[in-house]
Amino acid sequence: MNTNSLVSIDDISRDEILDLIERARFFEEHPNHKILDGKVVATLFFEPSTRTRLSFETAVNRLGGRIIGFSDASTTSSSKGETLKDTIKMVSNYVDLIIMRHYLEGAARYATEVTETPVINAGDGANQHPSQTMLDLYSIYKTQGTLENLTITMVGDLKYGRTVHSLLMALRYFNPTFRFVACDELRMPKEYRDFCDANGIRYTEHTEFDAEVLADTDILYMTRVQRERFSDIMEYERVKNLYTLRNDMLEDTKPNLRVLHPLPRVNEIDRDVDDNPKAYYFEQARNGLFARQAIICKALGIDIYKEAES
Amino acid sequence: MTQNKKELAVAALRNGTVIDRVPCGALFQAVRILGIEKMTNNVTIGNNLSSRHLGTKGIIKVADVEFPEDVLNRIALIAPHAKINIIRDYEVVEKRPVALPDEIVGIVRCGNPKCITNNEPMRTRFWVTDRDNVTIRCHYCGHTVKAGDAIID
Ligand SMILES: [Zn+2]
Repeated sequence: MNTNSLVSIDDISRDEILDLIERARFFEEHPNHKILDGKVVATLFFEPSTRTRLSFETAVNRLGGRIIGFSDASTTSSSKGETLKDTIKMVSNYVDLIIMRHYLEGAARYATEVTETPVINAGDGANQHPSQTMLDLYSIYKTQGTLENLTITMVGDLKYGRTVHSLLMALRYFNPTFRFVACDELRMPKEYRDFCDANGIRYTEHTEFDAEVLADTDILYMTRVQRERFSDIMEYERVKNLYTLRNDMLEDTKPNLRVLHPLPRVNEIDRDVDDNPKAYYFEQARNGLFARQAIICKALGIDIYKEAES
Repeated sequence: MTQNKKELAVAALRNGTVIDRVPCGALFQAVRILGIEKMTNNVTIGNNLSSRHLGTKGIIKVADVEFPEDVLNRIALIAPHAKINIIRDYEVVEKRPVALPDEIVGIVRCGNPKCITNNEPMRTRFWVTDRDNVTIRCHYCGHTVKAGDAIID
């Protein structure tokens, strides 16, 4: 049984989330802690994602590990018709850990069933991207000092945005209140609203993005509204500017409010917000490095604190 | 017992299995799931028969076969109220409902074209997430479907 893998944020408990946050904090204090000496890590990117790959590879490098892999499946044997199973089995012979991104949903889960080598899912289609969720949680924890009892306002594409769905699921342990702000076409899916109802999680829904909805917000989580998500292009043209954050909207918000965004952004956050102390999205991306260092060490079963003492 | 004998008299079965109370629309799917098409045994299939419980029903009788329980339970997906009768020497020696398992391996194809199971030579796996509405969830991609709408291989 392959138990150290991280495929979905739903697989890990409240305690494991808090433990990963503690580890991330440790790595923020000791970013160049060389505890992967002699370890080889594969980064298998069957679909290109430069941002995620660079973050993971930086994490491995700062921990002193070595990397093999590919950044685009068109250069590998899978483009010659090799099955995922065969590729994973082959790579498993060489490495201590596999970090994989795939365009097919469920690919990482399947990979854990064909190898004993731990697997970290770096995104499988529209399905799961747990390291993104961990860096979001770490960013929330860092800026608020807790994950408990927060009001989180999610804005933009709540229908297809996997980051907001995963974050919602992960926060279920921490008594959150959600404000869902989206146009009808990109509304939070029923599945997740039902999940909130079943778990006693408070939420309100809004189509207007204004100062009022931000009044009690602790975390403002912005997402990109993409043209290709709309069946009706006129509807896109109508709503594309309705879910943009302007600097003046932050004026009367709580002092502890922070703006998060999984990046890349297009025009859903005005550039002049960048200089507002409440803007946190660039630091958020940096937190991804520490969150991924924590995830990598957990997957390898390395006791980071013990190693630090010796 | 006499009632049962009457019901089963269409093609009196000496030994074997009768699958009763199959919804008419699910009968041929049930036949496929049980692999009956490939059998050489004596098989009787009836459909649109009158039923006190369903209005109309389908029925499958297979001579000289007792299916493993997990095989029979697979048809709970599409025929949740089906009844299994085990016949030995013309007597019903066992009568029981089918039971929906927690996990369904194979049989159902995932409706998500971007699911790994539709792109890799492998078996599908689903979890039953709602027994009342017979809803299942793909173990791999998380796609959810009502069993009645599921694609059965
Ligand atoms: Zn699937």
